[in-house]
Amino acid sequence: MSTQDKLEQKKKQWEQNTLNKALSKFPERKTEFTTGSSLPVDRIYTPPQDCQEKYVEDLSFPGEYPYTRGIQPTMYRGRLWTMRQYAGFGTAEESNQRYKYLLEQGQTGLSVAFDLPTQIGYDSDDDHSLGEVGKVGVAIDTLEDMEILFEGIPLQKVSTSMTINAPASILLAMYMAVGDKQGVNNTQLKGTIQNDILKEYIARGTYIFPPEPSMRLITNIFEFCSEHVPKFNTISISGYHIREAGSTAVQEVAFTIADGIEYVKSAIKTGLDVDSFAGRLSFFFNAHNDLLEEVAKFRAARRIWAKVMKEKFHAQNQKSLLLRFHTQTGGSTLTAQQPDNNIVRVTIQTLAAVLGGTQSLHTNSRDEALALPSEQSVRIALRTQQIVAHESGVINSVDPLGGSYYIEHLTDEIERQVWEYLDHIEKIGGMVEAINKGFIQKEIQDAAYHYQQDIENSERIVVGVNKFTVEEAPPKDLLKVDPQLRKIQVTKIDKIKQNRDNLQVKNNLKELRSAAEHKSKNLMPYILDSVRVYATLGEICTVLRDVFGEYQESIVL
Amino acid sequence: MSSKNVRILIAKPGLDGHDRGAKYIARALKDNGYEVIYTGLRQTPESIVQTAIQEDVDFVGLSLLSGAHNELFPKVVELLKQNQAEDIIVFGGGVIPEEDIPALNQQGIKAIFTPGTPIKDVVSFIEKNRKT
Amino acid sequence: MKLIQGILQGKVRPLAKAISLVEDNLIDKEELIDQLYPHTGKAAIWGVTGPPGAGKSTLVDKLIDRERSQDHRVAVIAIDPSSPFTGGALLGDRLRMQRHSLDPQVFIRSMASRGHLGGVSWGCSDAIKILDAAGFNTIIIETIGVGQTEIEVVELADLVMLVLAPGMGDEIQAMKAGVMEIGDLFVINKKDLPGSEKLKAEIEYVLNLSSDNPEQLPPVILASAQKSEGIDELWKKLSTKYQQLVKSGYLSARRKERIKKELSRIILYKVHHLLDKKIALQDNIDNWAEQVYLKKDMPYTMVNKQINRFKKEMRLDDSKN
Repeated sequence: MSTQDKLEQKKKQWEQNTLNKALSKFPERKTEFTTGSSLPVDRIYTPPQDCQEKYVEDLSFPGEYPYTRGIQPTMYRGRLWTMRQYAGFGTAEESNQRYKYLLEQGQTGLSVAFDLPTQIGYDSDDDHSLGEVGKVGVAIDTLEDMEILFEGIPLQKVSTSMTINAPASILLAMYMAVGDKQGVNNTQLKGTIQNDILKEYIARGTYIFPPEPSMRLITNIFEFCSEHVPKFNTISISGYHIREAGSTAVQEVAFTIADGIEYVKSAIKTGLDVDSFAGRLSFFFNAHNDLLEEVAKFRAARRIWAKVMKEKFHAQNQKSLLLRFHTQTGGSTLTAQQPDNNIVRVTIQTLAAVLGGTQSLHTNSRDEALALPSEQSVRIALRTQQIVAHESGVINSVDPLGGSYYIEHLTDEIERQVWEYLDHIEKIGGMVEAINKGFIQKEIQDAAYHYQQDIENSERIVVGVNKFTVEEAPPKDLLKVDPQLRKIQVTKIDKIKQNRDNLQVKNNLKELRSAAEHKSKNLMPYILDSVRVYATLGEICTVLRDVFGEYQESIVL
Repeated sequence: MSSKNVRILIAKPGLDGHDRGAKYIARALKDNGYEVIYTGLRQTPESIVQTAIQEDVDFVGLSLLSGAHNELFPKVVELLKQNQAEDIIVFGGGVIPEEDIPALNQQGIKAIFTPGTPIKDVVSFIEKNRKT
Repeated sequence: MKLIQGILQGKVRPLAKAISLVEDNLIDKEELIDQLYPHTGKAAIWGVTGPPGAGKSTLVDKLIDRERSQDHRVAVIAIDPSSPFTGGALLGDRLRMQRHSLDPQVFIRSMASRGHLGGVSWGCSDAIKILDAAGFNTIIIETIGVGQTEIEVVELADLVMLVLAPGMGDEIQAMKAGVMEIGDLFVINKKDLPGSEKLKAEIEYVLNLSSDNPEQLPPVILASAQKSEGIDELWKKLSTKYQQLVKSGYLSARRKERIKKELSRIILYKVHHLLDKKIALQDNIDNWAEQVYLKKDMPYTMVNKQINRFKKEMRLDDSKN
């Protein structure tokens, strides 16, 4: 009798004797158990049939294909992840103060949040900006705001992540211009621009232009940076917002990788060599509360991406195969009720990200379901990461959950379902068409709807929301953004428009327009020329809107 | 067969793209038997009001997560009034601090539903305030 | 009625209220429609139909632009299905036309099908009369998707365009079975997708087969609504086709046919209601069914018994008058 048969026999015996006896006395709490994303969960998992072979093929060793166990051989034994708190609100001056505070507290990278007008390419004085200036991030209208934002922060020493998509090229150009003024060479600049437009159409909503010109801007950036800003991550392909919009863990991985495939295809189509840019692609995922499912998700994502790059795009450089990712804990898992409970949720999610092998992490603050986080809440969030790093011991061995029967089962199952989605999207005609058709949006909406229904019916418990509730006094000390902020920004814009060389601005914008009209031109140099003479973000986007048109939302209800 | 169907406009004013809540409420209200019109993202108060009037809705539900509610919600109420459509009832939802709610109520936003509100609360609000 | 004045002056609120009145099928609507009726007949009524996902709404959005460039006033009625279980509906078509919401010369109204008894066409046909009387030059009816309503749109519109897109295999096979005949004009949308030329050829082939007059085949136009390509050609063909309809006298024939169908439908509907009341079907049906179930009465005996009872009552009514 083989070992495997013995195991099966033993399992049957266990079920008949031990288990059934227990079940007859104490039935289980539910007839079906599922993960946070509704994958079925068995009572117990046992070693798979071809255990050893499977190990070599599917898991292998960290730093080796298919990277299931991690992208580096030593992981956190070598270097901890980058602790990077997303911050920004109000004016550039206020945000600058917050960055300096975070760096003093031991944070190792900056992460800039921009307000919505900036993200959608409107100046603070635009009609569309009413009520929105400085609300969810810092307002940037011209290079001057960017200079203030990084005042006293030496750009060669920090790595800066910027959550900016449709106008990513403009903010990157401004960052380069600030570097120039500080005397920092472009080749020394480190950081990431999000620059992921497809997930804006799917989930986040800060798009400006239609897919075709948007994809052009993105590949322009790939090409330009590989030569001039080689240490910058030119894109952060984001599943975070897809998950926030209510997707399952499987959908998060599937749609993010499908987006990644589309970017790689598009860059190759314009003539770039896959290995010239693929090493600068980075990813951004969510960490939710189902700890083990999330760990499996990260492992599956790494394995799938390595396979995609190797088998589909024939990348040669090892770096091109690595799925390097930033993680943020799940904003939508936070509750406005009993907000201190959120600290516990964030701790679980931090563990998920670290056990999943993240390269950098943002931990949410407990009060984010209520308002922008206060300074004290941000500190607790950062401390959570530091406690996991320095006290929990989970960092001492690489991929410590690897080999758990359950984790490996979940990793395989997530991978299997992701491939199903990827095949289907390919059949539809790729990600852009799947988005145009509303297929992706519909899949996410359905998942979100069922999740919410489960909560409404109390089939899913959210502590403090549909169970274990208490009467609470309204929270105090929430951070408020000055409603006068728009006026301050408008005055700044007016002053700049009086003092800059307006003829030069007009000329540079004209050149930008004519470059935009020629599909083969790389727009980055023209955008740089425009920001340097203090053309506003809105002026630059208006030129591009004129040439490219605007995206029309496509959803299926 | 004559019957008065309740029509509800679910709108997203401002620039934020977080429409998970708006889409959920739209679908849940549909499942409760209402006719729901959904505007999509980035609607100005002016376009919301024109839409509400053309669609002859009984309610307008505004969803906003960016924090611009104090500016944008009252603007919708004010414009409805200017267009002699003050009989259309406005309610709101999203990330809205408790302390902002009394002022919003005072300016004519009839109810604010914060995250975690069960759909049956919204339905009972509509049933209580609908024209028969 | 104050409402009527407002509508004739083209005011939005009364117009919108009046449409609700006909949608809700309230009794006041009859007077309203009869008073507005003399003012109707001027608008061109276009029907836009085709399977879900073909891009109808985006196409309508672009057609509004063209109409506005001629300074035409445009009204759109976009129909979505009601849930047969809850009666609720999610109306999302106007999302794609929302940029016109601030143009006072454009009026967009979403309508739920509200299910049965020709519900769509009934509310819709009166809504068209209201919009026509309010002075809109063009009224566009966008239907739900392929199904029975598509046939009904022919009864409502002067001219019907059928919108298709490549890659919808099954739907298109089904269309060929019958719905093809209703199109005065065919649009192959999303022409950038593979298969659009092939689809065009297929449609033309089928049209050729079923036509007695190969000289007068309906045009088939390739377009991309999203990229605004082919819209000018489509719009020009639409206008030409409409002129043809007017000149050939076919338009008035169609409209007469429409009135005929509408009158019969309303008469039958009302008669049905009267009958329903007279024989008190709802009150008695349980009892009758029970008798038949227990085999105390046979099905046709029961039916004829009720009909005879009804006839007798009618004669009684007559002699009273």
